[in-house]
Amino acid sequence: MTVSPTLDKRFREAAAAAGLLDVAYDLAETPVGTLLVATTERGLCRISYDPDPERQLESLAETFGVRVLRAAKPIEPVRRQLDEYFEGKRTEFELPLDLRVTGFNREILKRLARVPYGQTTTYGTLAAEAHRPKAARAVGVVMNRNPVPIVLPCHRVVGANGSLVGYGGGLERKEQLLTLEGAIQPQLDM
Amino acid sequence: MQVPPFESFYEENRDAVLRELRRLLGREAEDAYQETFLRALRGYGRLRNADNLRAWVLTIARRVAADHYRRREAKPEPPEPQRDSRPAYAELGELADELPRKERAAVVLRYGYDLSYAAIGAALGSSEDAARQAASSGVRRLRRRMQ
Repeated sequence: MTVSPTLDKRFREAAAAAGLLDVAYDLAETPVGTLLVATTERGLCRISYDPDPERQLESLAETFGVRVLRAAKPIEPVRRQLDEYFEGKRTEFELPLDLRVTGFNREILKRLARVPYGQTTTYGTLAAEAHRPKAARAVGVVMNRNPVPIVLPCHRVVGANGSLVGYGGGLERKEQLLTLEGAIQPQLDM
Repeated sequence: MQVPPFESFYEENRDAVLRELRRLLGREAEDAYQETFLRALRGYGRLRNADNLRAWVLTIARRVAADHYRRREAKPEPPEPQRDSRPAYAELGELADELPRKERAAVVLRYGYDLSYAAIGAALGSSEDAARQAASSGVRRLRRRMQ
């Protein structure tokens, strides 16, 4: 006996509406692929390029609590703003965040949030701003673990010589995002 | 064993829960389904280990089904539709108008409202037996009058 999609959806919506979830998540289709998007009552807590929930759920449960459930409604504002961003209609995200990071990570992510649309900065610059001029590599690690890529624009952080260096979601996506924002010229495949 | 994320637990147990509720409640299973998992969700954060999660959620389902039964019992059955547009008690009321007060009340309550003799007794401040006697002597009197 299988549960009908209507019955399933009704429960998921009721659970979210009753405020019983630690984390609500859903998948979002974007030009850079299917993303897993998750929020808590406090705000956006995860965007992942790995849309396989199995791997993400454990880590979400560990950080935010075991009541993790797929529910479309709580992530609607995020979905809408991502759509607008990819349509080129939005240059800043207006979303509360729930990151649960501390110390150096927090410092760096706070500074990252201020890097404007269509511009780039370097790992070294962010390190210097946090008064740790030699910590460019550590900044790279923080970028790699950015819990909410795109919204916190780690794609805008490049190497000192202007090379893209690396990206948690793959260099191709970094290039795609920077091209969308007009920060780099589209690369022609010869 | 560690408690898994609720999503995994839900996916694993939802079919079994619905099956159990259908067995217990038939068509009302769908309302109880949502209630069962909402209750499970309320308690889920406090679980300390993941042993017997299936048994745990089926226990919740059975409790929810029991609550549904109780509510169903408390609700009176809807009356049968009448062929005459006038409700039965209105017709009976007129017929029984000339009966002695207690007999009239017993007849109307028994045959018009379908109350039990115990309930009629309670309403009239007398016993179940007295209510039964009042109703049957009222009916006898009516029969004699209609002949």
